Amino acid sequence: MQQIDCPWCGKRNETEFSCGGELISRPQDALGADDKAWTDYLYFRTNTKGVHTEVWRHTFGCRQWFKAERNTLTHQVVNTRKLSEETGEGHGDHG
Amino acid sequence: MAKPDHRLPQGGRINRDKPLSFSYDGAVYQGYEGDTLASALLANGKRLLGRSFKYHRPRGALSAGVEECNALVRLESGGYVEPNARATLVPLYQGLSAKSQNCWPSVDWDIQAINGLAARFLPVGFYNKTFMWPSWRFWEGFVRRAAGLGEAPEAADAQEYHKRHAHCDVLVIGAGPAGLMAALQAAGSGARVILADEQEEMGGSLLWEQDEIAGIAAAEWVRSALGELAAQNNVTLLKRCTATGYYDHNLIVMAERVSDFLGPKAPVDVPRQRLWKVRAAQVVLATGAIERPLVFPNNDRPGVMLAAAVRQYLNRYAVAVGQRVVVACNNDSAYRTALDLQAAGVEVVAVVDVRADSQGSWVNQAKSAGIRILNNHAVTNTKGRKGVTAARVAPYSGETPGVARWLDCDLVAMSGGWNPVVHLYSQSGGDLDYVEADGVFVPQGRDYIQTAGSVNGRWLLAECLREGAGAGVKAAQTAGFEAAAPAPENASADTLKQGPTLPVWKLVDESSDKQWIDFQHDVTLSDVELAARENFISVEHFKRFTTTGMSVDQGKTSNINGLATLAQVLGKAIPQVGATKFRPPYTPVAMGALAGPDLGPFYRPKREMPCHDWHAAQQGDFDDAGYWQRPSCYPLAGETRQQAIKREALMVRRGVGLFEGSPLGKIEVRGKDAAEFLNRIYMNNVPSLKQGHIRYALALNDAGAITDDGVFTKLGEDHYLLSPSSAAAERFVGSLEEWHQTAWPHYEVIISPVTTQWATLTLAGPKARQVLQKLDADIDFSKAAFPHMAFRSGALEGVPARISRVSFTGELSYEVNVPASYAEALWRRLLQAGEPEGIAAYGLEALIILRLEKGYLHIGADTDGNTIPDDIGWGAPARKKAVDYIGRRSLDLPVYCQGRRLQLVGFKLLGGRGEQCIEVGAHSIESADTASGMRSTGFVTSSCFSPHLNQPVAIGRIEDGRNRQGEVVALYYDRKTCRAEITAPVFYDPEGERLHA
Ligand SMILES: [Zn+2]
Repeated sequence: MQQIDCPWCGKRNETEFSCGGELISRPQDALGADDKAWTDYLYFRTNTKGVHTEVWRHTFGCRQWFKAERNTLTHQVVNTRKLSEETGEGHGDHG
Repeated sequence: MAKPDHRLPQGGRINRDKPLSFSYDGAVYQGYEGDTLASALLANGKRLLGRSFKYHRPRGALSAGVEECNALVRLESGGYVEPNARATLVPLYQGLSAKSQNCWPSVDWDIQAINGLAARFLPVGFYNKTFMWPSWRFWEGFVRRAAGLGEAPEAADAQEYHKRHAHCDVLVIGAGPAGLMAALQAAGSGARVILADEQEEMGGSLLWEQDEIAGIAAAEWVRSALGELAAQNNVTLLKRCTATGYYDHNLIVMAERVSDFLGPKAPVDVPRQRLWKVRAAQVVLATGAIERPLVFPNNDRPGVMLAAAVRQYLNRYAVAVGQRVVVACNNDSAYRTALDLQAAGVEVVAVVDVRADSQGSWVNQAKSAGIRILNNHAVTNTKGRKGVTAARVAPYSGETPGVARWLDCDLVAMSGGWNPVVHLYSQSGGDLDYVEADGVFVPQGRDYIQTAGSVNGRWLLAECLREGAGAGVKAAQTAGFEAAAPAPENASADTLKQGPTLPVWKLVDESSDKQWIDFQHDVTLSDVELAARENFISVEHFKRFTTTGMSVDQGKTSNINGLATLAQVLGKAIPQVGATKFRPPYTPVAMGALAGPDLGPFYRPKREMPCHDWHAAQQGDFDDAGYWQRPSCYPLAGETRQQAIKREALMVRRGVGLFEGSPLGKIEVRGKDAAEFLNRIYMNNVPSLKQGHIRYALALNDAGAITDDGVFTKLGEDHYLLSPSSAAAERFVGSLEEWHQTAWPHYEVIISPVTTQWATLTLAGPKARQVLQKLDADIDFSKAAFPHMAFRSGALEGVPARISRVSFTGELSYEVNVPASYAEALWRRLLQAGEPEGIAAYGLEALIILRLEKGYLHIGADTDGNTIPDDIGWGAPARKKAVDYIGRRSLDLPVYCQGRRLQLVGFKLLGGRGEQCIEVGAHSIESADTASGMRSTGFVTSSCFSPHLNQPVAIGRIEDGRNRQGEVVALYYDRKTCRAEITAPVFYDPEGERLHA
């Protein structure tokens, strides 16, 4: 079982965390978004093979959501940041 | 009692002052403290210790350790049974009782040995092929009776198991020469060190090899090293502790046999085993090596044993397994067996060595000692019905002239070289290198794992000590400690030399059925050849087809011989074939140890409501509602469940009932942005709610589907109390936190779940007010002062109370919330106050009837992941609210605005008899013609017989339902169809007069 580095608590066992899927951003102007933009947000993910950015939550710890770069091939979590911190890959901020 | 006749008069690490008696297959024997079951049986001349899995061939102990594949026994009886115990690892204790396995009626005379005679009918893959025709089911009965290693215990395990989590800087696995040196060096740096070893005593080979370190006997050196380690506070020594699994980021799982060595007589307060989960900054693997058998015809007879095992029985347990020994080998280490045996007065018939010569130290010693050495020779067969009586010896590679001859002997001590124990390293994901000269796979090395000693293919003691010390220093340094490079170690054996090993995989040319590779699963050389012929040439396919290495021993002696043989058959180099991946566990782990104490009531914690003791005293039925234990009904004496449920439901309609709803969600949201934040969470308007009032609310997900319903209350300025449904209480907190953190972190709100701080006692029924008014309170309960959907707080019987006038029954109803610790006292007070009104408690079942009569929804039962507000009649307010709340945008998607959607309706059964109800799950169908197929246009989601209305009631969702009221539909369920009229989904008090009473 790998350890994941919670940006708030430090390294903890993976079983304390839950994965919230790929990092996406809810359209700022949701009511103004056209159907395609809105359904893209709801349903379409990049399904990356390799490292991509996800949101994880330290559910059985500080209960904070944070960004985690995870390799979908090896399941290794290679980097974690607070939601307010920029990711290296230019993903939009989650809100 | 049989007299031990193989025990040497002196020597060994056994305690001759402590004789122990034990039984094996009903006969009583004697051994000593310090024996294993195997060494004690061998000392008593018992060498037929088991029958093989498939052919029931007679088998004896092959080894003296963890790799044992033949000597499996069933220990003890009743709650203490352990099947498949390796006799080589079972420490002897007074009164131990063991039985042989896999044989009937006895190990000496076994009926299924007939399989052995029919061996050619059971080649590898026989399951896959033979039982294809006529069908597997036809064969299953026969096969099940014959299959399986050992038998599962019948009784529950009577012993206790514990678990422990630990952290350390350096975890050293294996306390042989390399591991001890590593631990000494790492401990000296101040690092927290755990040293774990699977044996009864630490020391590894030093306990039985005739070695010296720093001028003292090896065993003495071990004693002083362990003394030094034990004296340091930063060191934990765990003997009898097997590291069985290596997981990500240096998480090691280890099984410690805490009191197995005491057997069933262990004190009850001591666990049998303890499962350790250790997170280590650095791991030193000093796991050693396991000797490799030679492959030749009839190499599985009792009396064919690994050479180092013979030496270990001799030196550690003072047991001479044989009196006339042939040593068969391809390397120098086996010569030590010949030397030690000779020194102990045992006749060494010959050392049969496939190599032309060797100038190694032990070989030269053997030559000087006059031991007969047959170079360029190999053992090519054995004789003997239940044990070896002779070994056939023949020239190897045809270089030495001479013919095959039989040498009389009662023991063949064989060594085909050594297999480094790379299991844990491989589990860590590490890659292996193949060393051609020794024919071994060794670890490549990883930055968070050090490996040292014979796991690296180091065969000489001096190398192992040096490497161990280096690994200990490096591990400590990498873990952040200052460790000095070790002084050149004091290994006496430094001057020893070893000649090269000659890896051999096959000693005779003809292929014969009887050359065993996997002793435990009865896989032979010809099976490997057959697998190759049938194109199972990937090593992982080969393993599964032949089942090599898939038994209890996990191929500790067979894996390398198997894949090397495969390589040879395929004409490939061994690294091209590769090794199979090693998987946890390294050795079998008791199920009890994995479960630990999380059994029975501790398996899954139960939540008891604040008034649980009162409910339990009524002997009501409890339902599992999530983690909560909730009473379903409270039958009176002589009442059936159904009668009780009906009585409770009628009581609420006619008088008053009391219900504990403490699991109901309670979440406080406070802060200057609370109203704005909640307005984004709920479909319903939040800012317009006035203080002291309550509003019903739906929560959606962003796809527009209803996820929960509940109420929210405005407690004060910027202060709200949310009440999601009981089942959603925790999920809803998570959802609030998620949206706050991920979408609107700038909102200043604090979310506090307080579900369990407050107990919820619900008084429901037309007489509810009368009961409340009898209590001492500073709250005005009159209709005018405290209307439906209002909230009041105050003191009730001197206890702080939060009271909501909300209803899930359709009756006048008060949800009284008090701090949980006051709940039972208030509960009893309410029952007392309501006595004249005929109050009684009602359970979940009655509540379900009451809410259904009123047409109140149960989100998740009456709705699903496709249900949007409009489907249940909330379309207008959902669309009217122009704020971007969760799910709002999706409601405008075409899929939700078009077509005949499933809409909430009631169903009135036509022509029902007695208390017949519509089945939940019944589908409305367009035609009952099953042949042409049926199209469902909707379904029933909740249904019951209403005792108050004396008629069945049901709700469900059906296409365009709101426009079809009055229409009669056919409802199909389990090949039966009934007719029902579509109605409004409210059967009781549609005007809400009772609610607002
Ligand atoms: Zn955390």
